[in-house]
Amino acid sequence: MLKDITLGQFFPGDTVAHRLDPRTKILLVLFYIVALFMAKDLFSYGLLALTLAVCVRISRVGLKALVRGLRPILFIIVFTAVLNLFFTPAEAYLLEWGPLRISAAGIHSAFFMVLRIMMLIMGTFLMTYTTSPISLTDGLERLMNGLKRFRVPVHELAMMMSIALRFIPTLIEETDKIMSAQKARGADFESGNLLEKARALLPILVPLFISAFRRADELATAMECRCYHGGEGRTRLHVLQYQRRDAAALILGAAVMAAVIVLGRFGL
Amino acid sequence: MSTIIRTEALRFTYPADEGGQAVHALRGVDLEIEKGSFVAVLGHNGSGKSTLAKTFNAVLLPVGGRVWVEGMDTTDESLLLAIRQRVGMVFQNPDNQIVANVVEEDVAFGPENLGVPSGEIRERVDSALRAVGMYGFACHAPHLLSGGQKQRIAIAGVIAMEPECIVLDEATAMLDPVGRREVLSTVHRLNREKGITVILITHHMNEAQEADRVIVMDGGKAVMDGTPREVFVQAGPLRAMGLTVPDTVDLLCRLRMDGWDLPLDALSVEECADVIAKACRGR
Repeated sequence: MLKDITLGQFFPGDTVAHRLDPRTKILLVLFYIVALFMAKDLFSYGLLALTLAVCVRISRVGLKALVRGLRPILFIIVFTAVLNLFFTPAEAYLLEWGPLRISAAGIHSAFFMVLRIMMLIMGTFLMTYTTSPISLTDGLERLMNGLKRFRVPVHELAMMMSIALRFIPTLIEETDKIMSAQKARGADFESGNLLEKARALLPILVPLFISAFRRADELATAMECRCYHGGEGRTRLHVLQYQRRDAAALILGAAVMAAVIVLGRFGL
Repeated sequence: MSTIIRTEALRFTYPADEGGQAVHALRGVDLEIEKGSFVAVLGHNGSGKSTLAKTFNAVLLPVGGRVWVEGMDTTDESLLLAIRQRVGMVFQNPDNQIVANVVEEDVAFGPENLGVPSGEIRERVDSALRAVGMYGFACHAPHLLSGGQKQRIAIAGVIAMEPECIVLDEATAMLDPVGRREVLSTVHRLNREKGITVILITHHMNEAQEADRVIVMDGGKAVMDGTPREVFVQAGPLRAMGLTVPDTVDLLCRLRMDGWDLPLDALSVEECADVIAKACRGR
Protein backbone atom coordinates (compact mmCIF):
# COMPACT_ATOMS: atom_id res chain seq x y z
CA MET A 1 0.00 0.00 0.00
CA LEU A 2 2.87 2.34 0.77
CA LYS A 3 4.53 1.66 -2.55
CA ASP A 4 1.82 3.41 -4.57
CA ILE A 5 3.03 6.90 -3.75
CA THR A 6 4.01 8.41 -7.09
CA LEU A 7 4.70 11.90 -5.79
CA GLY A 8 8.14 12.95 -6.92
CA GLN A 9 8.77 9.61 -8.59
CA PHE A 10 11.69 9.69 -10.95
CA PHE A 11 12.51 7.41 -13.87
CA PRO A 12 16.24 7.71 -14.51
CA GLY A 13 17.21 8.02 -18.15
CA ASP A 14 19.56 9.76 -20.51
CA THR A 15 17.30 11.55 -22.99
CA VAL A 16 17.26 15.25 -23.86
CA ALA A 17 14.30 15.62 -21.52
CA HIS A 18 16.40 14.23 -18.67
CA ARG A 19 19.44 16.33 -19.47
CA LEU A 20 17.64 19.67 -19.63
CA ASP A 21 18.39 22.03 -16.77
CA PRO A 22 15.74 21.64 -14.03
CA ARG A 23 15.11 25.39 -14.16
CA THR A 24 14.27 25.09 -17.84
CA LYS A 25 11.85 22.29 -17.16
CA ILE A 26 10.12 24.18 -14.35
CA LEU A 27 9.74 27.22 -16.60
CA LEU A 28 8.43 25.07 -19.46
CA VAL A 29 5.81 23.55 -17.16
CA LEU A 30 4.81 27.05 -16.09
CA PHE A 31 4.46 28.10 -19.75
CA TYR A 32 2.42 24.98 -20.38
CA ILE A 33 0.07 25.67 -17.46
CA VAL A 34 -0.46 29.28 -18.54
CA ALA A 35 -1.16 28.13 -22.09
CA LEU A 36 -3.62 25.49 -20.86
CA PHE A 37 -5.64 28.07 -19.00
CA MET A 38 -5.58 30.44 -21.96
CA ALA A 39 -6.66 27.79 -24.44
CA LYS A 40 -10.25 28.23 -25.57
CA ASP A 41 -10.75 26.37 -28.81
CA LEU A 42 -10.17 22.87 -30.03
CA PHE A 43 -7.19 23.95 -32.13
CA SER A 44 -5.25 25.32 -29.11
CA TYR A 45 -5.95 22.14 -27.18
CA GLY A 46 -4.80 20.16 -30.17
CA LEU A 47 -1.56 22.13 -30.32
CA LEU A 48 -0.92 21.59 -26.60
CA ALA A 49 -1.77 17.90 -26.81
CA LEU A 50 0.63 17.56 -29.71
CA THR A 51 3.36 19.34 -27.70
CA LEU A 52 2.76 17.01 -24.77
CA ALA A 53 2.86 13.96 -27.06
CA VAL A 54 6.16 15.09 -28.58
CA CYS A 55 7.67 15.66 -25.10
CA VAL A 56 6.48 12.23 -23.94
CA ARG A 57 8.03 10.68 -27.04
CA ILE A 58 11.35 12.46 -26.45
CA SER A 59 11.51 11.56 -22.76
CA ARG A 60 10.76 7.86 -23.47
CA VAL A 61 8.51 7.76 -20.42
CA GLY A 62 5.94 5.06 -21.01
CA LEU A 63 2.39 6.26 -21.63
CA LYS A 64 1.32 3.71 -19.05
CA ALA A 65 3.28 5.45 -16.30
CA LEU A 66 1.71 8.77 -17.23
CA VAL A 67 -1.81 7.38 -17.20
CA ARG A 68 -1.10 5.67 -13.88
CA GLY A 69 -0.30 9.12 -12.50
CA LEU A 70 -3.89 10.10 -13.27
CA ARG A 71 -5.38 7.37 -11.11
CA PRO A 72 -5.15 9.12 -7.72
CA ILE A 73 -7.02 12.15 -9.06
CA LEU A 74 -9.68 10.13 -10.87
CA PHE A 75 -12.19 11.24 -8.27
CA ILE A 76 -11.43 14.91 -8.87
CA ILE A 77 -11.76 14.43 -12.62
CA VAL A 78 -15.14 12.71 -12.32
CA PHE A 79 -16.31 15.27 -9.79
CA THR A 80 -15.36 18.17 -12.07
CA ALA A 81 -17.01 16.50 -15.04
CA VAL A 82 -20.27 15.97 -13.15
CA LEU A 83 -20.33 19.49 -11.76
CA ASN A 84 -19.72 21.06 -15.15
CA LEU A 85 -22.12 18.74 -16.91
CA PHE A 86 -25.11 19.42 -14.70
CA PHE A 87 -24.55 22.85 -13.28
CA THR A 88 -23.42 24.99 -16.17
CA PRO A 89 -26.14 27.64 -16.56
CA ALA A 90 -27.63 27.79 -20.05
CA GLU A 91 -30.74 29.02 -21.82
CA ALA A 92 -31.77 25.80 -23.48
CA TYR A 93 -31.35 22.31 -22.11
CA LEU A 94 -31.04 19.14 -24.12
CA LEU A 95 -32.21 16.91 -21.30
CA GLU A 96 -34.12 17.62 -18.14
CA TRP A 97 -34.56 15.10 -15.38
CA GLY A 98 -35.72 16.61 -12.12
CA PRO A 99 -33.04 19.00 -10.88
CA LEU A 100 -30.49 17.51 -13.28
CA ARG A 101 -30.29 19.41 -16.54
CA ILE A 102 -27.81 18.88 -19.32
CA SER A 103 -27.08 21.62 -21.81
CA ALA A 104 -24.81 21.79 -24.83
CA ALA A 105 -22.71 24.36 -22.98
CA GLY A 106 -22.48 21.94 -20.04
CA ILE A 107 -21.17 19.13 -22.22
CA HIS A 108 -18.73 21.53 -23.82
CA SER A 109 -17.31 22.86 -20.55
CA ALA A 110 -17.21 19.41 -18.91
CA PHE A 111 -15.25 18.00 -21.82
CA PHE A 112 -12.70 20.79 -21.89
CA MET A 113 -12.36 20.93 -18.11
CA VAL A 114 -11.55 17.22 -17.94
CA LEU A 115 -9.14 17.56 -20.83
CA ARG A 116 -7.45 20.49 -19.15
CA ILE A 117 -6.98 18.73 -15.80
CA MET A 118 -5.69 15.58 -17.43
CA MET A 119 -3.19 17.44 -19.58
CA LEU A 120 -2.13 19.56 -16.60
CA ILE A 121 -1.39 16.50 -14.48
CA MET A 122 0.37 14.65 -17.28
CA GLY A 123 2.53 17.68 -18.09
CA THR A 124 3.69 18.20 -14.51
CA PHE A 125 4.22 14.48 -14.00
CA LEU A 126 6.37 14.41 -17.09
CA MET A 127 8.63 16.89 -15.31
CA THR A 128 8.88 14.92 -12.07
CA TYR A 129 9.36 11.69 -14.02
CA THR A 130 12.38 13.08 -15.86
CA THR A 131 13.92 15.19 -13.08
CA SER A 132 15.49 13.79 -9.92
CA PRO A 133 14.03 15.30 -6.74
CA ILE A 134 17.38 16.82 -5.81
CA SER A 135 17.86 18.66 -9.07
CA LEU A 136 14.23 19.73 -8.90
CA THR A 137 14.69 21.37 -5.48
CA ASP A 138 18.02 22.74 -6.68
CA GLY A 139 16.32 24.30 -9.68
CA LEU A 140 13.52 25.73 -7.56
CA GLU A 141 16.03 27.26 -5.17
CA ARG A 142 17.97 28.90 -7.97
CA LEU A 143 14.83 30.11 -9.76
CA MET A 144 13.41 31.72 -6.64
CA ASN A 145 16.76 33.20 -5.61
CA GLY A 146 15.54 36.67 -6.49
CA LEU A 147 12.80 36.39 -3.87
CA LYS A 148 15.45 36.46 -1.15
CA ARG A 149 15.39 40.21 -1.45
CA PHE A 150 11.79 40.13 -0.23
CA ARG A 151 12.85 38.05 2.78
CA VAL A 152 11.43 34.82 1.40
CA PRO A 153 13.49 32.04 3.06
CA VAL A 154 14.28 30.39 -0.27
CA HIS A 155 17.29 28.37 0.86
CA GLU A 156 15.51 27.11 3.98
CA LEU A 157 12.46 26.04 1.97
CA ALA A 158 14.62 24.15 -0.53
CA MET A 159 16.57 22.51 2.32
CA MET A 160 13.36 21.44 4.03
CA MET A 161 12.05 19.99 0.79
CA SER A 162 15.17 17.98 0.06
CA ILE A 163 15.36 16.66 3.63
CA ALA A 164 11.67 15.69 3.45
CA LEU A 165 12.39 13.80 0.22
CA ARG A 166 15.44 12.16 1.81
CA PHE A 167 13.37 10.89 4.75
CA ILE A 168 10.40 9.51 2.79
CA PRO A 169 11.97 6.06 2.32
CA THR A 170 13.25 6.01 5.92
CA LEU A 171 9.82 6.82 7.32
CA ILE A 172 8.07 4.36 5.02
CA GLU A 173 10.44 1.66 6.23
CA GLU A 174 9.72 2.63 9.81
CA THR A 175 5.96 2.60 9.21
CA ASP A 176 6.22 -0.92 7.82
CA LYS A 177 8.21 -1.96 10.88
CA ILE A 178 5.69 -0.47 13.31
CA MET A 179 2.82 -2.08 11.39
CA SER A 180 4.49 -5.49 11.56
CA ALA A 181 5.09 -5.02 15.27
CA GLN A 182 1.43 -4.12 15.81
CA LYS A 183 0.24 -6.99 13.63
CA ALA A 184 2.41 -9.39 15.61
CA ARG A 185 0.47 -8.31 18.68
CA GLY A 186 -2.88 -8.87 17.01
CA ALA A 187 -3.68 -5.49 15.45
CA ASP A 188 -5.99 -5.66 12.44
CA PHE A 189 -5.53 -3.17 9.62
CA GLU A 190 -7.39 -4.89 6.82
CA SER A 191 -10.95 -5.55 7.93
CA GLY A 192 -13.72 -3.14 8.88
CA ASN A 193 -15.12 -0.11 7.16
CA LEU A 194 -13.24 3.05 6.29
CA LEU A 195 -13.70 4.60 9.73
CA GLU A 196 -12.49 1.48 11.55
CA LYS A 197 -9.48 1.26 9.26
CA ALA A 198 -8.63 4.88 9.91
CA ARG A 199 -8.90 4.31 13.64
CA ALA A 200 -6.60 1.29 13.38
CA LEU A 201 -3.94 3.56 11.90
CA LEU A 202 -3.79 5.74 15.02
CA PRO A 203 -1.48 3.40 16.98
CA ILE A 204 0.89 3.61 14.01
CA LEU A 205 0.88 7.37 13.68
CA VAL A 206 1.69 8.12 17.31
CA PRO A 207 4.99 6.20 17.49
CA LEU A 208 5.83 7.36 13.95
CA PHE A 209 5.48 11.01 14.93
CA ILE A 210 7.43 10.60 18.14
CA SER A 211 10.27 8.97 16.30
CA ALA A 212 10.15 11.58 13.53
CA PHE A 213 10.65 14.33 16.11
CA ARG A 214 13.56 12.45 17.67
CA ARG A 215 15.08 11.99 14.23
CA ALA A 216 14.68 15.68 13.47
CA ASP A 217 16.46 16.57 16.68
CA GLU A 218 19.39 14.25 15.97
CA LEU A 219 19.60 15.35 12.36
CA ALA A 220 19.77 18.99 13.41
CA THR A 221 22.68 18.24 15.74
CA ALA A 222 24.46 16.25 13.05
CA MET A 223 23.98 19.09 10.55
CA GLU A 224 25.37 21.62 13.01
CA CYS A 225 28.37 19.38 13.59
CA ARG A 226 29.01 19.54 9.87
CA CYS A 227 29.13 23.31 10.05
CA TYR A 228 25.66 23.97 8.65
CA HIS A 229 24.80 27.61 9.28
CA GLY A 230 22.10 28.45 6.74
CA GLY A 231 22.48 29.32 3.08
CA GLU A 232 24.97 32.13 3.56
CA GLY A 233 28.38 31.46 2.09
CA ARG A 234 27.35 27.98 1.01
CA THR A 235 28.80 26.52 -2.18
CA ARG A 236 27.51 23.51 -4.11
CA LEU A 237 29.04 20.33 -5.45
CA HIS A 238 26.97 20.48 -8.62
CA VAL A 239 26.48 23.92 -10.08
CA LEU A 240 23.59 24.33 -12.50
CA GLN A 241 24.50 25.76 -15.87
CA TYR A 242 22.24 26.62 -18.80
CA GLN A 243 23.24 24.90 -22.06
CA ARG A 244 22.33 25.68 -25.64
CA ARG A 245 19.59 23.05 -25.55
CA ASP A 246 17.97 24.90 -22.64
CA ALA A 247 17.74 28.08 -24.72
CA ALA A 248 16.24 26.14 -27.63
CA ALA A 249 13.67 24.42 -25.40
CA LEU A 250 12.68 27.71 -23.75
CA ILE A 251 12.23 29.47 -27.11
CA LEU A 252 10.07 26.61 -28.42
CA GLY A 253 8.02 26.53 -25.23
CA ALA A 254 7.49 30.29 -25.28
CA ALA A 255 6.46 30.10 -28.94
CA VAL A 256 3.80 27.49 -28.22
CA MET A 257 2.50 29.54 -25.32
CA ALA A 258 2.40 32.69 -27.41
CA ALA A 259 0.57 30.90 -30.21
CA VAL A 260 -2.10 29.65 -27.80
CA ILE A 261 -2.54 33.08 -26.24
CA VAL A 262 -2.85 34.76 -29.63
CA LEU A 263 -5.35 32.13 -30.76
CA GLY A 264 -7.41 32.63 -27.61
CA ARG A 265 -7.49 36.39 -28.16
CA PHE A 266 -8.21 36.63 -31.83
CA GLY A 267 -9.53 33.25 -32.88
CA LEU A 268 -8.51 31.49 -36.05
CA MET B 1 53.40 15.63 20.45
CA SER B 2 51.10 18.60 20.68
CA THR B 3 47.70 18.65 22.32
CA ILE B 4 44.56 18.89 20.17
CA ILE B 5 41.86 18.96 22.84
CA ARG B 6 42.30 20.09 26.41
CA THR B 7 39.65 20.30 29.11
CA GLU B 8 40.05 21.92 32.48
CA ALA B 9 37.70 21.35 35.42
CA LEU B 10 34.99 20.70 32.82
CA ARG B 11 31.51 20.53 34.27
CA PHE B 12 28.17 20.09 32.52
CA THR B 13 24.66 19.95 33.92
CA TYR B 14 21.47 19.09 32.05
CA PRO B 15 18.79 21.47 33.31
CA ALA B 16 15.95 19.94 35.31
CA ASP B 17 12.84 18.79 33.46
CA GLU B 18 9.49 19.60 34.95
CA GLY B 19 9.36 17.88 38.31
CA GLY B 20 12.71 16.22 37.64
CA GLN B 21 16.15 16.94 38.96
CA ALA B 22 19.05 18.55 37.18
CA VAL B 23 21.53 15.93 36.02
CA HIS B 24 25.19 16.61 36.69
CA ALA B 25 26.65 14.76 33.74
CA LEU B 26 30.22 16.01 34.06
CA ARG B 27 31.72 16.89 37.44
CA GLY B 28 35.17 18.24 36.73
CA VAL B 29 37.06 16.54 33.93
CA ASP B 30 40.68 17.38 33.19
CA LEU B 31 41.99 15.80 30.02
CA GLU B 32 44.57 16.34 27.34
CA ILE B 33 44.16 14.53 24.04
CA GLU B 34 47.32 14.25 21.99
CA LYS B 35 47.31 14.94 18.29
CA GLY B 36 47.35 11.77 16.21
CA SER B 37 46.43 9.44 19.05
CA PHE B 38 43.66 6.85 19.18
CA VAL B 39 41.73 7.28 22.40
CA ALA B 40 38.87 5.09 23.60
CA VAL B 41 36.47 6.50 26.17
CA LEU B 42 34.64 3.80 28.12
CA GLY B 43 31.82 3.99 30.56
CA HIS B 44 28.41 2.51 31.25
CA ASN B 45 25.17 4.36 30.41
CA GLY B 46 24.93 7.67 32.21
CA SER B 47 28.64 7.88 33.00
CA GLY B 48 28.92 11.12 31.05
CA LYS B 49 30.95 9.80 28.13
CA SER B 50 28.57 11.02 25.40
CA THR B 51 28.20 14.38 27.12
CA LEU B 52 31.98 14.67 27.21
CA ALA B 53 32.14 13.96 23.48
CA LYS B 54 29.58 16.65 22.70
CA THR B 55 31.60 19.29 24.53
CA PHE B 56 34.58 18.61 22.23
CA ASN B 57 33.07 20.45 19.27
CA ALA B 58 30.83 22.92 21.02
CA VAL B 59 27.53 21.06 20.57
CA LEU B 60 27.33 21.42 24.34
CA LEU B 61 29.04 24.30 26.09
CA PRO B 62 30.60 23.80 29.51
CA VAL B 63 28.63 24.97 32.53
CA GLY B 64 31.91 25.27 34.42
CA GLY B 65 35.53 24.96 33.34
CA ARG B 66 36.83 25.21 29.81
CA VAL B 67 37.44 23.20 26.64
CA TRP B 68 40.12 24.20 24.15
CA VAL B 69 40.42 22.79 20.64
CA GLU B 70 43.87 23.60 19.29
CA GLY B 71 43.96 26.50 21.72
CA MET B 72 40.50 27.78 20.69
CA ASP B 73 38.01 28.21 23.51
CA THR B 74 34.74 26.46 22.57
CA THR B 75 32.66 29.17 24.25
CA ASP B 76 33.93 31.74 21.73
CA GLU B 77 31.10 31.88 19.18
CA SER B 78 33.22 33.47 16.47
CA LEU B 79 35.39 30.31 16.42
CA LEU B 80 32.45 27.91 16.17
CA LEU B 81 32.89 26.93 12.53
CA ALA B 82 36.67 26.63 12.85
CA ILE B 83 36.24 24.32 15.85
CA ARG B 84 33.61 22.15 14.17
CA GLN B 85 35.70 21.90 11.03
CA ARG B 86 38.60 20.54 13.11
CA VAL B 87 36.60 18.15 15.28
CA GLY B 88 34.07 16.08 13.32
CA MET B 89 31.46 13.87 14.91
CA VAL B 90 29.86 10.59 13.92
CA PHE B 91 26.73 9.63 15.82
CA GLN B 92 25.00 6.43 16.79
CA ASN B 93 22.10 6.27 14.34
CA PRO B 94 23.34 6.26 10.74
CA ASP B 95 19.92 7.20 9.35
CA ASN B 96 19.68 10.39 11.35
CA GLN B 97 22.90 11.97 10.17
CA ILE B 98 22.64 11.52 6.42
CA VAL B 99 21.25 14.66 4.82
CA ALA B 100 21.03 14.02 1.07
CA ASN B 101 19.49 11.30 -1.11
CA VAL B 102 22.71 10.61 -2.98
CA VAL B 103 25.91 9.44 -1.29
CA GLU B 104 28.23 11.97 -2.92
CA GLU B 105 25.85 14.85 -2.20
CA ASP B 106 25.84 13.87 1.44
CA VAL B 107 29.62 13.70 1.66
CA ALA B 108 29.72 17.13 0.00
CA PHE B 109 27.44 18.64 2.65
CA GLY B 110 30.24 19.64 5.05
CA PRO B 111 32.55 21.25 2.47
CA GLU B 112 29.52 23.00 0.93
CA ASN B 113 28.77 24.57 4.30
CA LEU B 114 32.38 25.66 4.62
CA GLY B 115 32.15 27.47 1.28
CA VAL B 116 34.75 25.34 -0.50
CA PRO B 117 34.77 25.98 -4.29
CA SER B 118 32.93 23.34 -6.40
CA GLY B 119 36.02 21.91 -8.09
CA GLU B 120 37.72 21.31 -4.78
CA ILE B 121 34.55 19.81 -3.26
CA ARG B 122 34.62 17.24 -6.08
CA GLU B 123 38.23 16.29 -5.21
CA ARG B 124 37.52 16.13 -1.49
CA VAL B 125 34.41 13.99 -1.97
CA ASP B 126 36.24 11.53 -4.19
CA SER B 127 39.22 11.19 -1.88
CA ALA B 128 37.01 10.91 1.23
CA LEU B 129 34.95 8.16 -0.39
CA ARG B 130 38.14 6.33 -1.41
CA ALA B 131 39.48 6.67 2.13
CA VAL B 132 36.49 4.80 3.57
CA GLY B 133 36.33 2.34 0.68
CA MET B 134 32.97 3.52 -0.62
CA TYR B 135 34.02 5.15 -3.89
CA GLY B 136 31.98 2.70 -5.94
CA PHE B 137 28.82 3.85 -4.17
CA ALA B 138 29.13 7.58 -4.96
CA CYS B 139 25.83 7.70 -6.87
CA HIS B 140 23.82 5.29 -4.73
CA ALA B 141 20.88 6.16 -2.51
CA PRO B 142 21.98 5.98 1.15
CA HIS B 143 18.82 4.26 2.38
CA LEU B 144 19.66 1.18 0.32
CA LEU B 145 23.05 0.67 2.03
CA SER B 146 23.81 -1.47 5.08
CA GLY B 147 24.34 0.05 8.52
CA GLY B 148 28.11 -0.29 8.35
CA GLN B 149 28.19 1.29 4.89
CA LYS B 150 26.03 4.18 6.07
CA GLN B 151 28.39 4.85 8.97
CA ARG B 152 31.34 4.81 6.58
CA ILE B 153 29.50 7.41 4.48
CA ALA B 154 29.02 9.48 7.63
CA ILE B 155 32.75 9.16 8.34
CA ALA B 156 33.52 10.21 4.75
CA GLY B 157 31.26 13.23 5.27
CA VAL B 158 33.42 14.22 8.24
CA ILE B 159 36.72 13.53 6.47
CA ALA B 160 35.68 15.72 3.54
CA MET B 161 35.86 18.67 5.95
CA GLU B 162 39.55 17.76 6.48
CA PRO B 163 39.35 17.58 10.28
CA GLU B 164 42.17 17.03 12.74
CA CYS B 165 40.06 14.81 14.93
CA ILE B 166 37.05 12.49 14.58
CA VAL B 167 34.83 11.74 17.55
CA LEU B 168 32.74 8.59 17.19
CA ASP B 169 29.90 8.80 19.68
CA GLU B 170 28.88 5.15 20.06
CA ALA B 171 28.97 4.98 16.28
CA THR B 172 29.11 1.19 16.32
CA ALA B 173 26.33 0.60 18.84
CA MET B 174 23.57 0.00 16.29
CA LEU B 175 25.64 -2.10 13.91
CA ASP B 176 25.95 -5.85 13.44
CA PRO B 177 29.40 -7.44 14.01
CA VAL B 178 30.33 -7.14 10.33
CA GLY B 179 29.39 -3.46 10.19
CA ARG B 180 31.24 -2.82 13.45
CA ARG B 181 34.41 -4.35 12.05
CA GLU B 182 34.08 -2.29 8.84
CA VAL B 183 33.80 0.95 10.79
CA LEU B 184 36.58 0.14 13.26
CA SER B 185 39.07 -0.91 10.61
CA THR B 186 38.24 2.27 8.67
CA VAL B 187 38.95 4.58 11.61
CA HIS B 188 42.09 2.66 12.57
CA ARG B 189 43.37 3.07 9.03
CA LEU B 190 42.55 6.79 8.98
CA ASN B 191 44.38 7.18 12.27
CA ARG B 192 47.45 5.34 10.97
CA GLU B 193 47.61 6.70 7.43
CA LYS B 194 46.30 10.25 7.72
CA GLY B 195 47.31 10.88 11.31
CA ILE B 196 43.76 11.89 12.24
CA THR B 197 43.13 11.85 15.98
CA VAL B 198 40.32 9.41 16.82
CA ILE B 199 38.22 9.53 19.96
CA LEU B 200 36.08 6.42 20.17
CA ILE B 201 33.23 6.56 22.66
CA THR B 202 32.03 3.04 23.34
CA HIS B 203 30.91 0.54 25.90
CA HIS B 204 32.41 -2.41 24.06
CA MET B 205 35.62 -3.42 25.81
CA ASN B 206 36.94 -5.24 22.78
CA GLU B 207 36.84 -2.07 20.68
CA ALA B 208 39.01 -0.30 23.24
CA GLN B 209 41.73 -2.96 23.26
CA GLU B 210 43.49 -1.63 20.17
CA ALA B 211 43.48 2.00 21.29
CA ASP B 212 46.63 3.87 22.34
CA ARG B 213 44.92 5.10 25.43
CA VAL B 214 41.79 4.22 27.38
CA ILE B 215 39.87 6.66 29.53
CA VAL B 216 37.16 5.26 31.81
CA MET B 217 34.34 7.57 32.80
CA ASP B 218 32.18 7.04 35.85
CA GLY B 219 29.80 9.42 37.58
CA GLY B 220 30.87 12.34 35.41
CA LYS B 221 34.59 11.95 36.11
CA ALA B 222 37.51 10.38 34.34
CA VAL B 223 38.37 7.69 36.88
CA MET B 224 40.96 5.69 34.94
CA ASP B 225 43.35 6.79 32.26
CA GLY B 226 46.16 4.81 30.69
CA THR B 227 47.12 2.24 28.09
CA PRO B 228 44.63 -0.60 27.57
CA ARG B 229 46.98 -2.86 29.52
CA GLU B 230 47.15 -0.54 32.51
CA VAL B 231 43.39 -0.10 32.58
CA PHE B 232 42.16 -3.62 31.93
CA VAL B 233 44.26 -5.29 34.60
CA GLN B 234 42.13 -3.46 37.15
CA ALA B 235 39.38 -6.00 36.67
CA GLY B 236 37.86 -5.50 40.11
CA PRO B 237 37.28 -1.73 39.92
CA LEU B 238 36.05 -2.02 36.31
CA ARG B 239 33.44 -4.58 37.34
CA ALA B 240 32.39 -2.39 40.23
CA MET B 241 31.59 0.37 37.72
CA GLY B 242 29.32 -1.94 35.78
CA LEU B 243 31.82 -2.56 33.00
CA THR B 244 32.87 -5.95 31.75
CA VAL B 245 36.52 -6.75 31.22
CA PRO B 246 37.84 -8.35 28.01
CA ASP B 247 37.31 -12.10 27.87
CA THR B 248 41.05 -12.79 28.08
CA VAL B 249 41.48 -10.77 31.27
CA ASP B 250 38.35 -12.39 32.69
CA LEU B 251 39.78 -15.87 32.05
CA LEU B 252 43.13 -14.98 33.62
CA CYS B 253 41.35 -13.54 36.65
CA ARG B 254 39.40 -16.73 37.22
CA LEU B 255 42.52 -18.87 36.86
CA ARG B 256 44.33 -16.68 39.37
CA MET B 257 41.52 -17.14 41.84
CA ASP B 258 42.06 -20.89 41.51
CA GLY B 259 45.67 -20.40 42.52
CA TRP B 260 47.39 -20.14 39.15
CA ASP B 261 50.28 -17.71 39.01
CA LEU B 262 49.40 -15.65 35.91
CA PRO B 263 49.92 -12.02 34.87
CA LEU B 264 46.73 -10.11 34.08
CA ASP B 265 48.05 -7.97 31.26
CA ALA B 266 47.87 -10.50 28.42
CA LEU B 267 45.14 -8.78 26.43
CA SER B 268 45.18 -10.43 23.05
CA VAL B 269 44.05 -14.01 22.59
CA GLU B 270 47.56 -15.07 21.47
CA GLU B 271 49.29 -13.51 24.46
CA CYS B 272 46.75 -15.04 26.77
CA ALA B 273 47.24 -18.49 25.26
CA ASP B 274 51.02 -18.07 25.60
CA VAL B 275 51.01 -17.19 29.29
CA ILE B 276 48.63 -20.03 30.09
CA ALA B 277 50.74 -22.50 28.12
CA LYS B 278 53.83 -21.29 29.96
CA ALA B 279 52.11 -21.67 33.31
CA CYS B 280 50.99 -25.19 32.42
CA ARG B 281 54.52 -26.16 31.49
CA GLY B 282 55.71 -24.69 34.79
CA ARG B 283 53.48 -27.03 36.76
